Amino acid sequence: MRKLLNTLYITAPDSYLARDGENVVVRKEDQIAFRIPIHNLESIIMFGYAGASPSFMHLCMERGVSVSFLQENGKYLGSVVGNVKGNVLLRRRQYRMADGPEAVTLASRFVFAKIANSRTVLRRALRDHEESIMSENVVRSSDFLKRYMRRVLASATLDDVRGVEGDAARRYFSSFNELILTDKEHFCMRGRNRRPPLDRVNAMLSFLYALLRTDVQSALETVGLDPAVGFLHRDRPGRQSLALDLMEELRGYMVDRLVLSLINRKQINPKDFLFKENGAVLLKPDLKKELIASWQKRKHEEIRHPFLKEKIALGLLPYAQALLLARYIRGDLDDYPPFLWK
Amino acid sequence: MMVLITYDVETATAAGKRRLRQVAKHCLNYGQRVQNSVFECLVDPVQFKQLKATLEKTIDPSKDSLRYYMLGSNWKNRVEHVGAKETYDPEGLLFIE
Repeated sequence: MRKLLNTLYITAPDSYLARDGENVVVRKEDQIAFRIPIHNLESIIMFGYAGASPSFMHLCMERGVSVSFLQENGKYLGSVVGNVKGNVLLRRRQYRMADGPEAVTLASRFVFAKIANSRTVLRRALRDHEESIMSENVVRSSDFLKRYMRRVLASATLDDVRGVEGDAARRYFSSFNELILTDKEHFCMRGRNRRPPLDRVNAMLSFLYALLRTDVQSALETVGLDPAVGFLHRDRPGRQSLALDLMEELRGYMVDRLVLSLINRKQINPKDFLFKENGAVLLKPDLKKELIASWQKRKHEEIRHPFLKEKIALGLLPYAQALLLARYIRGDLDDYPPFLWK
Repeated sequence: MMVLITYDVETATAAGKRRLRQVAKHCLNYGQRVQNSVFECLVDPVQFKQLKATLEKTIDPSKDSLRYYMLGSNWKNRVEHVGAKETYDPEGLLFIE
């Protein structure tokens, strides 16, 4: 497995990225604010209106470093990546599978793992905080999710899979609030909402899902799959459906749990949020920095991959799953092994 | 792994000054300038070989010298910084605000 390299985050709207030799140079008001050799980087993520020179983008494309543009609130806009790796035969198989019966199988694997990992979030919380959680409702949700896991594997059509996924997600998020143990008055969540997120918890979830998404998308591009053609999510212009598919199994483990522990460890100040007239909740710059820092730290934690039986940095999980997916599509694996957190 | 590179290039002649500039430029492509002729480079073994080859082609071994200090992957325990010229940790949080 390759090494996890670093990610450079730019939130300064007045900064400009340029190339100098093999270096990425960040300029602010015509002064060099930062300089780093490109080979230390895995990706660059820009929030807001940071500018970038074409030769800087050339350098990133040549070296396979992805440059992602996000809106200030974290909404994903797009990426610059080099020539797609892998070969056209792999992508053609991917397209055929997306139209064939394997689509249902793959979609059910993604959703199965999503539900299983969501359930583990609930079970873990129950185990760790038995005394403080109103456990009855959470236990009931966990039982429901178990039933959904069986149902999704028995689904015969994509619509069935999507139906089960929706029910399971609603059930899961309806109990999510009970996993928040401190400052319940400020961190109160009534189900999942987005575009815009309407409470603090949803705002943090959305922001971190956007970061996860850039990782999943560049992982898919690295192994040569087309992020736009998915199995669970329908094709739609501009939608990176496969990236959304592959994210499903990683959300609970990589993001939900992080948000919960940040809140429960009181690392989040409830005043670091902005409330708009339309109900939207936004993150203040300090909080964004805090979330990015925790995210980066978490990505460098080591885990043992349950299928590859190898120690990897958590941040390489999207890459490992993309690799397994490519192997399945290529025909080297009989079934796709989604990531299941035990 | 982290490699610390230091050099002395004789600058009495125009050719020497040119060599100095070249050496600095190559080091900068692979790492961070921490003091005037001192660079910290976070590289993998292949990148290190490449850098070494380029540097050793550039210098004049009868006049200049190069020193490599291998700090390995646990380099953070082996480096302490005091005073001006703040540096960054290439494995830490890279955040420009």
